[in-house]
Amino acid sequence: MTLYAFQRLLQSIAVLFAVSVAVFLAVYAIGNPADLLISPDATQLERQELIARLGLDQPIWTQYATFLWNGLHGDMGTSFVHGEPALRLILTRLPATFELVTLSLLVASLVGIPIGLWVGLNDGSRLSAAVMTGSIFGYSIPSFWKGLVLILVFAVWLRLLPASGRGDTIAVLGIPFSFLTLDGWRHLAMPVLNLSIPNIALMIRLTAAGAAEARNQDYVKFARAKGVGSRRIVRRHILRNILSPIVTILGMEFGSLLAFSTITETVFAWPGMGKLLITSIYQLDRPVIVSYVMLVTFIFVMINLLVDFAYAALDPRVKLAERLS
Amino acid sequence: MTAARSETEALRPPLADTPARRAILAGLKRRPRIRGALIALAAIVLVVLLLPLLASQDPYDLASFSVMDSRLPPGSESMDGMTFWLGTDSQGRDMLSAILYGMRISLLVGLASTALSLAIGVTVGVVAAVLGGRVEALLMRLVDFILGFPTILVALVMLAVIGRGVDKVIIAIVVVQWANYARIMRSAALGERAKEYVEAAYNLAYPQRRVMFRHIMPNSLNAVLVIATVHVASAITLEATLSFLGVGVPVTQPSLGLLVASGFDYLMSGDYWISFYPGIALLALIFSLNFVGDRLRTALDPKRA
Repeated sequence: MTLYAFQRLLQSIAVLFAVSVAVFLAVYAIGNPADLLISPDATQLERQELIARLGLDQPIWTQYATFLWNGLHGDMGTSFVHGEPALRLILTRLPATFELVTLSLLVASLVGIPIGLWVGLNDGSRLSAAVMTGSIFGYSIPSFWKGLVLILVFAVWLRLLPASGRGDTIAVLGIPFSFLTLDGWRHLAMPVLNLSIPNIALMIRLTAAGAAEARNQDYVKFARAKGVGSRRIVRRHILRNILSPIVTILGMEFGSLLAFSTITETVFAWPGMGKLLITSIYQLDRPVIVSYVMLVTFIFVMINLLVDFAYAALDPRVKLAERLS
Repeated sequence: MTAARSETEALRPPLADTPARRAILAGLKRRPRIRGALIALAAIVLVVLLLPLLASQDPYDLASFSVMDSRLPPGSESMDGMTFWLGTDSQGRDMLSAILYGMRISLLVGLASTALSLAIGVTVGVVAAVLGGRVEALLMRLVDFILGFPTILVALVMLAVIGRGVDKVIIAIVVVQWANYARIMRSAALGERAKEYVEAAYNLAYPQRRVMFRHIMPNSLNAVLVIATVHVASAITLEATLSFLGVGVPVTQPSLGLLVASGFDYLMSGDYWISFYPGIALLALIFSLNFVGDRLRTALDPKRA
């Protein structure tokens, strides 16, 4: 177990290292790095000074070493537009995105898993077939357009919910959160719904497939023969056995939702880090783009690591050593 | 018909008539819904490719529309008596024509990027499975690495670096999608490699390349082709999303994502049609592809057969 954990950790570090090389090459080596890194508003003198300070006259591997060294010390450069350290800028937007993603996954699990269980246990009935077709529909709707339709219905026509922003927030430990106020919930409702619909569909399909397979297994038949109540069979035998792939997917979805929330945040003008990324791309604010990629990669790699460990904890049959190959 | 088929089948090499392929055909016969879905899909592809010919104006020829007709609701008539069935956008462009042109670009991007990623992924998968050893380890680490990231993030950042354009969107999609095919192809090819006909081919001293691409590859393709249907759909979604976000197709070219984005500003004043109808067209395209993909997968699922 310790050996496995150590090897997985080394793998993760290797991935981060590879990403840093790719990002470095993309931003520093393609085109003229001076144009990309120095604000176009800078004067000729400032330009000369910055080129020397950024070490752009050095050989490329020296430049990479500097980039890596600074990155490891949390210095990813300064945003051209905001004049703040890029990493700090993103970190101040992180809680808003985390709030959105966490609530969306919560909604997706609370709605998707029970429906999926029902569909899996009633496999073949007309309603379950309809739910499965509906779930294809659920993940087919393009996220950005679904957001616009939500705004059209709930904000423009019914005038029930606000179309943009976070609403009132309450700070916990200095970090503002929307879910603590009523107004915040009104602002959260549409973005959370928009982000969770494809994941509800995913949870339904995943749980249904697992439950349909598990209910014909010998251990379920045996439990039934033993006289275990059907509720207990579902909860203790079926659900428990199909939970590990669900947790794996949930964990991985957390990472990809962080990136995917970019679309939802843009549509609903949610002040998270995804919206910051899009604005930075428009404004060619390279340090922010680089920091975003490195940060999301870091979170993604960490989540994959945690999921692998959770997998082992949830399902004792998984021998970690076996997964090494 | 059966007599003629068995005759040609006898002439074909055995790879044309694998059990997996027979399962597809049997599945199609047993489930009329799949056949229906496939016909619907073929019809969509055909209609999408041909319909721009029927469009009442060329929505990307600035001379063919007038600002006088801007933001007319669906069903209105233009200055010179033409009916805008789905309304017009802020520049007076006929939405129906713009949507028909946009769907063609969507389909083009979807098909081209899937074909390219299939070619790369299938080759890499077969080569990795057959050669094994270090080549396999290296290629598969690369695959794991690419699949380890959210598709949208990789595409967004790539386009931010290389700029906008239909060709660049296709490149960005190929970069993320080939890895999926490589992974599936490798495991299918590993299964095939162990079979007797491959051993026979090696015993006949056929060159490595011939065994790889003439024997193993065609027999491992089925699983990948089923996934490909779904991937055309996700490529179309990705193109529309990137264009909506303003990093995909440039504004001078038709794209459903751009149309939706251009209507966003007028949504709050109730002019819903500029954003609404392009999305419906997109949804119809994506849903039918996903539906066919799902049915094919179910039909081919060995557990259900």
